[in-house]
Amino acid sequence: MELLDLTAVELGKKIKSGEASVAEAVKAALARAEAVEPEINSYVTLDGAGALAQAEEIQKKIDSGELTGPLAGVPAAVKDNICVKGQLTTCSSKILSNYIPTFTAEAVKNLQKAGAVLLGKTNMDEFAMGSTTETSYYGPTKNPHNLTHVPGGSSGGSCAGVAAQECFYALGSDTGGSIRQPGSFCGVVGLKPTYGTVSRYGLIAYGSSLDQIGPVAKDVADCAAILEAIASYDEKDSTSVQRKDYDFTSALTADVKGMKIGIPRDYMREGLDPEVAGAIWDAAKVLEQNGAVIEEFDLSLVKYAIPAYYVIASAEASSNLERFDGVKYGYRTADYEGLHTMYKKTRSEGFGAEVKRRIMLGSFVLSSGYYDAYYLKALRVKALIRQAFDRAFQSYDLILGPAAPTTAPELGKSLSDPMKMYLGDIYTISVNLAGLPGMAVPVGKDRKGLPIGMQLIGNSFQEKTLLRAAYTYECATEKQYEAPADARLSGREA
Amino acid sequence: MGNMANKISDETMEYVGILAKLELSAQEKEAAKSDMEKMLDYIDTLNELDTSGVEPMSHVFPVHNVFREDVVTNGDNQEQTLANAPLRKEARFEVPKTIG
Repeated sequence: MELLDLTAVELGKKIKSGEASVAEAVKAALARAEAVEPEINSYVTLDGAGALAQAEEIQKKIDSGELTGPLAGVPAAVKDNICVKGQLTTCSSKILSNYIPTFTAEAVKNLQKAGAVLLGKTNMDEFAMGSTTETSYYGPTKNPHNLTHVPGGSSGGSCAGVAAQECFYALGSDTGGSIRQPGSFCGVVGLKPTYGTVSRYGLIAYGSSLDQIGPVAKDVADCAAILEAIASYDEKDSTSVQRKDYDFTSALTADVKGMKIGIPRDYMREGLDPEVAGAIWDAAKVLEQNGAVIEEFDLSLVKYAIPAYYVIASAEASSNLERFDGVKYGYRTADYEGLHTMYKKTRSEGFGAEVKRRIMLGSFVLSSGYYDAYYLKALRVKALIRQAFDRAFQSYDLILGPAAPTTAPELGKSLSDPMKMYLGDIYTISVNLAGLPGMAVPVGKDRKGLPIGMQLIGNSFQEKTLLRAAYTYECATEKQYEAPADARLSGREA
Repeated sequence: MGNMANKISDETMEYVGILAKLELSAQEKEAAKSDMEKMLDYIDTLNELDTSGVEPMSHVFPVHNVFREDVVTNGDNQEQTLANAPLRKEARFEVPKTIG
């Protein structure tokens, strides 16, 4: 078995036992990335020399017994909205095309403590605003399972990179589904933790009340190990939560006997692709056969999540993105007279169309005269959506449904109709509004060979319930990570 | 209210542009106006819900101010910080003249 086919935890074991070296793992991932990047474009920055230097340091620490964790020596990639000291961090935007952070995000620091080798920074929708990774200033990422389709977004580079074996795992961020939807489209496991579980320090903010960093992995065991490594209370993030449990890998038991799982009828009706629906029902049956109790129920308010989200996320974005003004870092326009012209020209040239659209909308809904009617209204609807989930979790341990209404759309088909693209996030967005943990798990493929993902939604702080159900499904179906079969993806070496 | 199409005046667009610190071309302005009208029509579906008596929820968990002693812990990053500046003058960020 070649190194690239291993999961992160499997590779970690081989490195620990001396069967593989950190440098070998890094070289394998780099060779793969160099071979497929011209087609896939998962990375904005691939730092081969830096990764090899880290490999040497980490190997020494493993050999001396200083690093003993399951991810020690395993090469990873980080979404390009998460700061790494000294490494270009662009948010896939022109306005940050030259930004070198002077500090490292807490989640990345935690990974470094666990012995991760950082290969580089992954492509994304500009400032995480988009569902296809096509709004990147650095060109779209392609779906490794079919290069004429998008990988989803906004963490499209992280998910495509893991799927194409250009790294062994990655960090993404999820504001309205940006880990779970591309995870589903690329056939990888992705998890958005309960709000406050992973520090947002060093994550360049989009919608601060919704943003969470989370793992993108080849399987459920990897996902649990990565979450265990990155989750921590951090006094530098005022919304960080001190949790009672951080031992997520302890949930990896194949046992769902008596677990009550609700399937929202409102998720399985019109608008859902029949092939996706079929795969979701099949997955539910697998859990039922293993002892879970499956019931349908009415979640309600589903259609209000997207409009509420666009008010809240755009409002927060308009405020968060004020800081990009061409003064202290990033792009500055070439010709200007006076400070205000400089701000306006810098921002107008530096931001792409989707980002400008959301800043405009956000500025509007926060402006006097509209604040109550739009912004406060959306926050009230958010409270109602949270209540609907609270009611559901009185009856169920977890909620099961699709991650997205369809499999990955073709490249170039989404951006012309933003409203249609927004509707693609219908099953994921309410989870962010309610602050809940959500997970995407691959459950099959459609006729075109494109992956289908189920979404598991848990009550606050119930990541372990999600992991246990997902792990049970994986064990029952003997599902292993499948590399994409696309013939054009050359470069695999023995 | 839900099926009333939103119309945004050019003055409102101008005002939002000032708040957003964005300078849109004539073509961009038209597109932005039509995009925003469509989005607001969609957002107006929220008015189907009776939210009277519902408190606006800004955070899902109670959030409190977090205080700490004002002690410097991150050392002197002056040179690295200034290295990101589009324009600098010695140890300062340089911007166009702000006062006439």
